[in-house]
Amino acid sequence: MSEHAVTLTVNGVAHARTIEGRVNLADFLRHTLGLTGTHVGCEHGVCGACTVLVDGRSVRACLMFAVQADGRAVTTVEGLAAADGGLDPLQAAFREHHGLQCGFCTPGMLMTLTEFLRENKTPSAAQVREAIGGNLCRCTGYAGIIAAALAAARRIAADGA
Amino acid sequence: MGTRQFGARVRRSEDADLLRGRGRYVDDIHLPSMLHAYFVRSPHAHALMKGVDMAAARAAQGVAAVLAIEDLPGAMRSARIPTVIALDDGVALRTQHCLARGEVNHVGQPVAVVIARTAALAEDAAAHVAVDYDVLAAVSDARAALAHDAPPVHCDLSGNLAALVANGYGDVEAAFAGAAHVFSDAFWMHRGGGMAMETRAVVAHEDGASGMLTVWSSTQTPHLGQRILAELLARGSDTIRAIAPHVGGGFGPKAPFYPEEAVIPAAALLLGQPVKWTEDRHEHFLSAAQEHDQYWTLAIAVDQSGRILGLRGEMILDAGAFAPWGNVMPNIAAVTLPGPYVVPAYGFAVKVALTNKVATVPVRGAGRPQAVFAMERMLDRVARELSIDRAEVRRRNLIAAEAMPYTRPLVFRDAKPITYQSGDFPRAMHMALASARYDGFKDRQARARAGGRHIGIGIANYVEATGLGPFEGVSVRVLNTGKVAVATGAADQGQGVRTTLAQVIADAIGCRIEDIEVRVGDTGAIAQGVGAFASRQAIIAGSAALMAGEAVRRQIVALAARAFAVEEAEIEVADGVASARGGNRPALSFAALARLAQGEPGAAFAAGQMPGLEHVAYFAPAQASFCNGTHVAEVEVDALTGAVRVLDYCVGHDSGRVINPMIVEGQVQGGVAHGIGNALLEWMRYDETGQPLTTTFADYLLPTATDVPTCRIAHIETPNPLNPLGVTGAGEGGAIPAPAAIVAAIEDALSPYGVRFCEMPLTPERIVAALREAGAYARLAPI
Repeated sequence: MSEHAVTLTVNGVAHARTIEGRVNLADFLRHTLGLTGTHVGCEHGVCGACTVLVDGRSVRACLMFAVQADGRAVTTVEGLAAADGGLDPLQAAFREHHGLQCGFCTPGMLMTLTEFLRENKTPSAAQVREAIGGNLCRCTGYAGIIAAALAAARRIAADGA
Repeated sequence: MGTRQFGARVRRSEDADLLRGRGRYVDDIHLPSMLHAYFVRSPHAHALMKGVDMAAARAAQGVAAVLAIEDLPGAMRSARIPTVIALDDGVALRTQHCLARGEVNHVGQPVAVVIARTAALAEDAAAHVAVDYDVLAAVSDARAALAHDAPPVHCDLSGNLAALVANGYGDVEAAFAGAAHVFSDAFWMHRGGGMAMETRAVVAHEDGASGMLTVWSSTQTPHLGQRILAELLARGSDTIRAIAPHVGGGFGPKAPFYPEEAVIPAAALLLGQPVKWTEDRHEHFLSAAQEHDQYWTLAIAVDQSGRILGLRGEMILDAGAFAPWGNVMPNIAAVTLPGPYVVPAYGFAVKVALTNKVATVPVRGAGRPQAVFAMERMLDRVARELSIDRAEVRRRNLIAAEAMPYTRPLVFRDAKPITYQSGDFPRAMHMALASARYDGFKDRQARARAGGRHIGIGIANYVEATGLGPFEGVSVRVLNTGKVAVATGAADQGQGVRTTLAQVIADAIGCRIEDIEVRVGDTGAIAQGVGAFASRQAIIAGSAALMAGEAVRRQIVALAARAFAVEEAEIEVADGVASARGGNRPALSFAALARLAQGEPGAAFAAGQMPGLEHVAYFAPAQASFCNGTHVAEVEVDALTGAVRVLDYCVGHDSGRVINPMIVEGQVQGGVAHGIGNALLEWMRYDETGQPLTTTFADYLLPTATDVPTCRIAHIETPNPLNPLGVTGAGEGGAIPAPAAIVAAIEDALSPYGVRFCEMPLTPERIVAALREAGAYARLAPI
């Protein structure tokens, strides 16, 4: 199996590794770098649990080879909280509105919504539903997640005003 | 005094780690020198194994071992996995061997395991394991399986009828003979899988220094797993520690003990290194237990006014090839069917059929969604045939609140007659109908129809037996830091057990909730435990938490009274401090009390004093509890495509007293989402030879955020007298009536065409086919 050198940043930290070409980005983050916050739910790109941001855009880490992230900046769920460990507004809203139960889909939800809220400052509930339409959650029935996303948008708008 | 936690919307203690990506699920565990496993699985639904050639795989890169059943230790070479629920005599259900032993009975059954340096190398090498199969005829349809010439699912059994279970009471014949009306229908119902977002996973490691075998498993029942593994390995259970760390959803399929949970520890012991196995989603579709099909015929006898006189029916239950959770489904179906209604005479028989499909286990709701579907569809039929409003026909048959406790002469799994101790069924239905604005629906529907839209409304009632025994335990211990350490055999897969128990204990003991640290799902933390199923943990572990917390509070009060030389009645405990009401109000913190409670070397305790501030309590319920509720769904159907949109969803929900409304509402909402999946989407298909056809999330559809509305939930809190908290359990109720309500609403939306639906899931293809058959498209305007 051929090996490749990969250099990338994850949550602002530079990493250089040599890895097999077949290693996907999710496994690289989880098992090579030990960042186990990114979860793998289906390995065929449907469930969205493995969603991370690559150069700011949401990506299914199970559908991307780690070598394709060479030279890129990756953000995972571990990179969301503030440097002092405080929850960001979206994370805090998830806790406030019971947007998670087992927590397995949560990292993917948070990353998908982080991108969405950056580009949609005053979203409607219907827009939030569309935005997370590619992220499966078996526990919550989505209501708490949608309430959390709307509350986070309001909070972000208020903080920025 | 501290704020009362019981009944408050307390934010979950679980969330802080989970939101930061600091959860510890089984696949997150990494141990030094850890090896990785990949299972070779049967590609055939039924075959004899003439040989397994492992030589090439054993020689492959990075491979540490390749094991078939003969390579496993001791009892695992021959014994089937012990069952946790004993079978009645004559019931021909069975569990699996740890690896296939000469015969495979479904696609996906584990045949051999490859252990290698990485998971990828193990999977590479597995391709080189050559199994010589002699393929046999298989059967995948439960009705076909019961034909006299059907191929046997297991070669050593002469037929596929695994059990025949009959229940009932009263003079059914007379009830039907004298009835003004008798209606009958046939139903097909399907549930599919639990489909937790986290697949199964196991890590096992024997620590050479301590001799302790630690097994982390994504399971609902670590204590049961410890017990079974001890039996299979012929090893004392005190040398096995089973841990269910963070678990990413359960929903039933993670309750039974699986072959992989035996094979991975066995491999770790054989190789002297930690071994990890993480199921992939494809494997999950093939090898994680599910519910399969049910085929019902049901007849109802009613008088002129629609009052039920009798009910009788039959069901063929598809049990798959293995049933690791016993033969519980026929009884659950039988006792659930009459639900909240007065049914004077009743007869119901279940034929349990083996098929060459993956093992079965109860999935969230445990067969109750199907029973409720059959009953509620029959009542809709009565309403239509007799031109009575659907809510009214239910009102005429509901058991009155004044009739509680209400006993039905049916014996449940706990060997006690069904007795509804609590509940106000008419009130629950009234509240759900009111919030759904049911009385105004006819007008809404007429307006929609005038605009060419098809909207409909559906109602479903249910009663669910919850809180099954035998017991659960909670230990409470005040640490020298002043923190309160809690451990329980209850297990959490997202239900918020840690938070719920902490609420109960904070009130009971008199401390701040943030000073309570709860460990769940660890056999090393508490000796006895059962686990998560049957909406039982708030009832049973919650009650044990109350008992243990109150016991520790009594210890605190006694200790403080001695320290202050006052009467116990003078002591108050709040926010982690015990103080005397009188004098100069002396006070001691929990930290100081915990140290005091250990005494001093050489000093004597007071008479009757025990060391430490700690207590372990086990609660064993006298019998099952019953929660209930009403769901009302409003849907819109696109008659041209068969697409269904749930417009509004209202719930009247009675799970007794509510410990945390936020968590209970989350359970109900999540259950409804599962029910929407069962009503409209989820269908695990097999071809007639037992080959699974839906093995990705692109084929097996789960409900997404655009499919599930935010429910409006009204709580009715009738206290349950069977436990000191008054709770009745909330984990499954949301899923139970949802398919019945939604399919009823679809039928109502399309009532101008006279189509009827007796199936779940009800897919767009089936809706379009029914409309076509009814000639609807000739009446609809062309596109």
